[in-house]
Amino acid sequence: MTDIHLHRDDEASKIGMWLFIFTELLLFGGLFIAYSIYRFKNPVAFHMAAEELDLSVGLINTIILLTSSATLAMAYTAVQLGKIGTSKILTSATIILAIVFLINKYFEWGAKFEHNLYPGSDYLMELSQGEILFFGLYFAMTGLHALHIIIGLILMFVVLSRLQNKTMTSDNNQLLENSGLYWHLVDIIWIFLFPLFYLIT
Amino acid sequence: MSSEEKHHIVSYKTYLFILLGLITLTLLSVGITNIELREYTVAAALIFAAIKSYFVLYYFMHLKYDKPLYRRMAMFVFLLFFAVLFVTFIDYVNR
Repeated sequence: MTDIHLHRDDEASKIGMWLFIFTELLLFGGLFIAYSIYRFKNPVAFHMAAEELDLSVGLINTIILLTSSATLAMAYTAVQLGKIGTSKILTSATIILAIVFLINKYFEWGAKFEHNLYPGSDYLMELSQGEILFFGLYFAMTGLHALHIIIGLILMFVVLSRLQNKTMTSDNNQLLENSGLYWHLVDIIWIFLFPLFYLIT
Repeated sequence: MSSEEKHHIVSYKTYLFILLGLITLTLLSVGITNIELREYTVAAALIFAAIKSYFVLYYFMHLKYDKPLYRRMAMFVFLLFFAVLFVTFIDYVNR
């Protein structure tokens, strides 16, 4: 039993993660195309509906997510340098930022629900076709994005526990790089969601 | 096997600079869409978003330091996306 050889292929693992990321890009890409077409067909309604969204909340969440990407990237640098403690702190910082993002999202959606703006509400159904489409896409796309944030959080908790029990080291850290890649993908998606929903009014 | 040589370690400083650049670009994109540009607003906002994702892909996701294979795969996926976008729009514009 002493000569158990654990085979590990970091390169293959990373390529696998990238392939998964490509499918994610195309999933959101399809939604972006749907958004573009409907915006192209209902420019005035999209313009009016977008004014309902709070730019400052979107801007704060953008900065939170960009910062969380940087902290997770730094956590990977730390683990490569063998600084496990620093890596733990940076991963925890990322987790906190991700939770803050979700709390903001909760209040943002909550405010919409209070104004009777949610998919299928009586108020929404009285609006024009274009506005219904805008809010439908808004809830679907930011909702799907928030689901990705939750999955990212779970991944980071796994990373944290592996840093804690010392199974992640300076030369066995592919899980952290892959989690980072996933987290940066979530960041890129938000980079496009922010201008399309909050900025262009 | 020297695993250190296989992986380029990016410094904290680089990530910090990229983060500051990304935040600056975000604030600039907010500023530029406040100016009345009419139909160019969408284009301006998307150009800023594209520049930001380039930085995220190249630095945070290490495409700059990785093997060319990753860059080529990413390029292929973006080309595929633009091809689908283009074909879909041609369909809608000509209806």
